[in-house]
Amino acid sequence: MSDSGPIPLIVIGGYLGVGKTTLVNHLLRHAQNDHQRIAVLVNDFGEIDIDADLIEGQDGEVLSLAGGCVCCSFGADLVGALRTVTGRIPKPDIVLVETSGVALPGAVARSAQLANGVNVLGIVVVADAGTLRERAGDRYVGDTVTQQVRDADLLILNKIDTASPTDQTAVIDWLQRAVDGTPVIAVTNATVPPEILLNLRTDNGGAGLTQLPGGRISAVGHEAASIFESTVLNFASPTSVTALAEALTSASSGVLRAKGLLTDSASGSRVLLQVVGTRWSKQSAQQTDVEAYGRVVVIGLRGQLGALGALQ
Amino acid sequence: MTDTIVFSARKVLTMNPSRPEATHVAVRDGRILGVGSLAEVLGWGPHTLDERFAEKVLMPGLVEGHSHLMAGTLWRYVYCGFFDCTDPDGNVWPGAKSLEDVIAALKRAADADATSTAPIVGWGFDPIYFGANRCSRHDLDRVSMTRPVGVLHASAHILNVNSAALERAGFLRTGIEHPSFPLGADGMPTGELKGPEGMLPVAAHVGLDRSFLSGDEIGMRAFARLCVRAGVTTATDLAATLGDEEVKTLLRVTGEADYPVRIVPLLRLIGVKPPEAVERAVTLAKSNTERLRMGRIKVVADGSIQGFSARMRWPGYFNGAPNGLWYTAPEAIAECYRLALARGVQVHTHTNGDEATDMALDCFEQALKSSPTPDHRFVLQHCQLADAAQFRRIKALGLGANLFANHVFYWGEQHRAVTVGPERASRMNACRTALDTGVPLAIHSDAPITPLGPLFTAWCAVNRITASGDLLGASERISVAEALRAITLGAAWTLKLDGEVGSIECGKRADFCVLDDDPTACAPAALKDVRVWGTVQGGRVFSA
Repeated sequence: MSDSGPIPLIVIGGYLGVGKTTLVNHLLRHAQNDHQRIAVLVNDFGEIDIDADLIEGQDGEVLSLAGGCVCCSFGADLVGALRTVTGRIPKPDIVLVETSGVALPGAVARSAQLANGVNVLGIVVVADAGTLRERAGDRYVGDTVTQQVRDADLLILNKIDTASPTDQTAVIDWLQRAVDGTPVIAVTNATVPPEILLNLRTDNGGAGLTQLPGGRISAVGHEAASIFESTVLNFASPTSVTALAEALTSASSGVLRAKGLLTDSASGSRVLLQVVGTRWSKQSAQQTDVEAYGRVVVIGLRGQLGALGALQ
Repeated sequence: MTDTIVFSARKVLTMNPSRPEATHVAVRDGRILGVGSLAEVLGWGPHTLDERFAEKVLMPGLVEGHSHLMAGTLWRYVYCGFFDCTDPDGNVWPGAKSLEDVIAALKRAADADATSTAPIVGWGFDPIYFGANRCSRHDLDRVSMTRPVGVLHASAHILNVNSAALERAGFLRTGIEHPSFPLGADGMPTGELKGPEGMLPVAAHVGLDRSFLSGDEIGMRAFARLCVRAGVTTATDLAATLGDEEVKTLLRVTGEADYPVRIVPLLRLIGVKPPEAVERAVTLAKSNTERLRMGRIKVVADGSIQGFSARMRWPGYFNGAPNGLWYTAPEAIAECYRLALARGVQVHTHTNGDEATDMALDCFEQALKSSPTPDHRFVLQHCQLADAAQFRRIKALGLGANLFANHVFYWGEQHRAVTVGPERASRMNACRTALDTGVPLAIHSDAPITPLGPLFTAWCAVNRITASGDLLGASERISVAEALRAITLGAAWTLKLDGEVGSIECGKRADFCVLDDDPTACAPAALKDVRVWGTVQGGRVFSA
């Protein structure tokens, strides 16, 4: 399914100990079942514990992982490491860059974009519901933590179960004020639908989200299965990609992730539109099957996607 | 019994207050048998009198407590600094006083091997002395249009490259949006690459690959020659990776019969978690030899002041630049301190900004409470902006400070005008306050950031004169005697080697700095001009 265009890349940021690596392990496990090749780039191996059963071997700075995935440490040279992983054969389907706990993910995303051959889809920042507000007020790291969440296109408020119901409301309120419109997913164990970060398939009619391992996560008191939903938007004729993208990324859209092939009414060209939270990007599409165009798969919070139908 | 050699000298400055001066020192098995008059040392039995230093002054071998082996590695490239500088072989390279001089020096190197297609690399470049004009790729295109050209700035935070280098790295194009890549009027990068994000993707194309950061074998030997020339017999490599191969090379090279320096490499906390770093340090210490001393950890808390990446307390940078960056999370630093104290591993922490110093002190105070450790010898490195209250905390917690005295000369004016403003610039690297507070003090060059030369560093701390001759912070000056102590016993204390080196006393290593002039007899303003003849290290004589 990978085309010859730039490889999609997602930056995973967040402070030390918030669950970035838990998220990465969760995604790696899913990728195995789904036959997606993930390349994980980490600042250094000292900051990540890839689950031991996923590791098949190590060669210097590269860990070989189950299912053709790899994990590389990039030290200070992210661009050099990106050039190496994007040159791998077979090409990775997606690159995840896990930042160090004190890095500003926006700066990491800018650096990643320096490498030719990648397209930064979005910045996903993980925050710890139990410690976020305290850390954001910390004398030393408060500005760093606040900037990290502000850099996010999509926020994963992890460990939501460690906060009392009152605190849950308070931290979500705080976060929404701090970030102004960035969608927030509240979960435990970083268990988000993998499609939100990985390659969202557009070729299966948008049929249901992956059943999450364990079957039960809570998100602000709700069952997992009940908090996410996916839908497909169909467009019979050329569409204004910019107008659609802006609608999908607006604060009220309820969209967490979207992907689709469209014919742009502005230019007449065929494009691949990708949305992660508040960020969208388009690139020229490689798909030759004209039937594939005019369809956008959307994942959002249940009950919030209703208004999207009007965009079709 | 092995041979005893008695060296005679015009004067032996022992740094031992109970016997500050002498004329003879007896050496056996690389150690000092005794120091005093000839009559006093004769009591050690049969000896050979070595009078080659009869007209020289002997000091304890100087100790550079914050340097990098890279100082030796860089000399294979073209020196482009503003000040005259002496290479490992003793050749003086004239300072480049204009951008034209820099280009001419690079062009000479290019012409010397005109058939080559190899990159041309310069280092030590410091355009702040050249006014407002920035160096651009077009300037360096005059060196070569076809070969990649790269010039590393003295700060090591900026690299200038030519068009050929940008093209090979894939950056000779429009559409780049990144703070590390300033763009010209044509929308293309100017060739100035700021910070590691900009430098690293291009560095390999100008021949500066990652390995240049650590010392290779040639670099280790060049570094050693720099040390002999500066009178240094013990020197740190303050941020080493210490992988197995690197340790093997270090053991082999420092183990060679004529290697003249004791190298103290500190393991940088990077790429491993604190527990692994601490255990690695413990393991490495088991391989120590007389001339290779491992087992210490270096932690980097923040960036640099002139790069605006240091973490500053309120009110921050004088020019309003936003606060800098944490290089290591406080939690990781706190964990490292706690584990290191428990395992008896010494940690040196780079803190440049005063907020970073506060953070390190908070983490350390907490760790010390959980693992009370007498004589832990933890040290703050650079600690450039510490104020009097912070020095009182440093003292109370039993820490030492190794201050970056050379900054006053090289960047003092920049600090006064741009980074921290006049008030704080006049108390940067506050040696007087440190000593008055009772904080164990060392001073350093951070070579290759500034040249290795403890006597020059001592001169900076004594005079606090900037590059254009201004006195910056008279009240933080220290005496010649205090400065000489800081570059011997003071630095040795920071490495827990003060029982072994740093003074000329019975039982210590026979490490001497051999001088043509007496630093205690010259004018304080002339301290930097004291001539170094060479060294004696472990009883072995090395002429510069």
